Amino acid sequence: MRPLKWFVTAFTVVFLFAPLVVVAIVSINENRYMDFPPEGFSLSWYTALWTDPAWRNAIVRSLTIAVASAALAVAIATPFAYVLRAYRIRLAPLLYSLGILPFMLPPVISALGAQVFWNATGHVGRIENVIVAHAVFFSTLPLITISLAMETMDPSLREAAQTLGASPRQTFRTITLPLLVPSMVTGFAASFVLSLNEYIIAFLVAGFSVETLPIKIFNSLRYGFTPTVAAVAVVFILVAGAVFTLAAMYGNLLRFLGADPSIVERERPAGEAPGPAGEIVREPVGAGV
Amino acid sequence: MSERQAPRPRTYGVLAIPLAVLGVFFVVPFGMMVVTSFYQRIEGGFYEPALLLDSWRRLFSEVFLERAVFSIGISLLAGALCIAIAFPFTYFLTRMRRRPHVALLILVLSALSLSEVIVGFTWSVLLGRAAGISNILVWLGAMDEAAAYQPSFVAVLLGLSYIAFPYCVLTLYPSLTRLDREVTEAAQTLGASPWGTFWTVVVPISRPIIMAGFLLVFVFTLGSYLIAALLGRPEHWTLSVFISDQASFNANVPFAAAMAIFLTALSLAVVGLVVLIESRTRRLA
Repeated sequence: MRPLKWFVTAFTVVFLFAPLVVVAIVSINENRYMDFPPEGFSLSWYTALWTDPAWRNAIVRSLTIAVASAALAVAIATPFAYVLRAYRIRLAPLLYSLGILPFMLPPVISALGAQVFWNATGHVGRIENVIVAHAVFFSTLPLITISLAMETMDPSLREAAQTLGASPRQTFRTITLPLLVPSMVTGFAASFVLSLNEYIIAFLVAGFSVETLPIKIFNSLRYGFTPTVAAVAVVFILVAGAVFTLAAMYGNLLRFLGADPSIVERERPAGEAPGPAGEIVREPVGAGV
Repeated sequence: MSERQAPRPRTYGVLAIPLAVLGVFFVVPFGMMVVTSFYQRIEGGFYEPALLLDSWRRLFSEVFLERAVFSIGISLLAGALCIAIAFPFTYFLTRMRRRPHVALLILVLSALSLSEVIVGFTWSVLLGRAAGISNILVWLGAMDEAAAYQPSFVAVLLGLSYIAFPYCVLTLYPSLTRLDREVTEAAQTLGASPWGTFWTVVVPISRPIIMAGFLLVFVFTLGSYLIAALLGRPEHWTLSVFISDQASFNANVPFAAAMAIFLTALSLAVVGLVVLIESRTRRLA
């Protein structure tokens, strides 16, 4: 069993790392063409990311879409999740299914629907079309995180507030909403990262006029290779690695991914308190996605 | 949230906002797509209202059936490949000490957050002639001349498995951390080897989550667009690529719409199967 364990783990690590290592090597190649082993060392492809206006515009456009659509997704999901979990609504399971449906289906379906819709309105090829399409598609993520937070929320907190004379509106503003903020942030972050990486919806909705970063990468792969693409890939990988390392150091990554609480507690090194950040991410989202 | 309150009129007002957004920007576009599938395609990339079954009839054409069978086949294969590696990997992962446990999870999450376009690009480099595996082999003296392994079927399969692998690990992870250690310890006390325990105890009791994970990976790879577009030739295109190609470059939106509805039905059927499996295991547990 032991050799098998080592083999499977090593195989997986090599499988996940191999393409990343090759791209990292290509990205520092001095030559315009890909070579292996690399010749010379140069960081010029990284500076080109920001100095070349075409790449810079694509980066800014993608960030704009990601921030706006993630904010809109949270704005759609929060009242939806709150009402469905706090009130006795008939058809609540059906409405919840409608909320997670866009994300469960292959993205090309949402993409084609949005294309047909915007064509009919005559409002074609605009950045706001992409923002709305992404917001609807990714609103599933905050819907899941916020619904889970509503379910795990201690009802006595709200009851106490109401006993002390708070109106329902005051209870929502001072008790429920602050308790929902961590799950709103988690949902925002997940939508943001996925929107930044999304290709097919952005392409079918406005791909010929709004060139996002993934579209720009794809186009530059089609019309000849530039090592800049390798540099973009490395930046993405480093950012993702850094975000999750921080989440593991300051948050409770294992709980967040849905690990059994006993494992999370047992394996925490002795003397290490589950700091304030550890309390923030406690919804198991990974399981639902 | 044990006690749910009775809704008041204002509650429905609050609920109406997200429902209106979802209705206008998801349900209406979907309905329009259904209607469009009956429209008449006209040259130049447009379409006009009509009530034709042409696009639906084309779903029985050889070219579509070939794409559909190919997509389902390669997605099933990628799902099986993922589960075969991800299940033992996740099992070992949940039994590691905290530090390697967290480090491997970070690696999995980093791979998860990579854009498909970047995954496609990295594999095209790795399998390409210019700076890929074959160059390392040439450099080591194991090969005479560099070779290109993409575009090819194996390249598409590897790419699909790569993007699906992290999802697969994350769907298996919550249940495998809950796998009762006493069960495996009992099996070993009764004389089973670790290998025997894995095969005769861990795998059988995990069968429902293996099935659910496999089906989720299947739907996920079915929706992948860029991997097949970047690592395959047109004969390796999946339905998603074919649909987008019809919708943009071939400008046959009605046919694309009919195919998208087929893909919706297929995905819904598979997701329904997952829900069924999960509700059944919950009842048994």
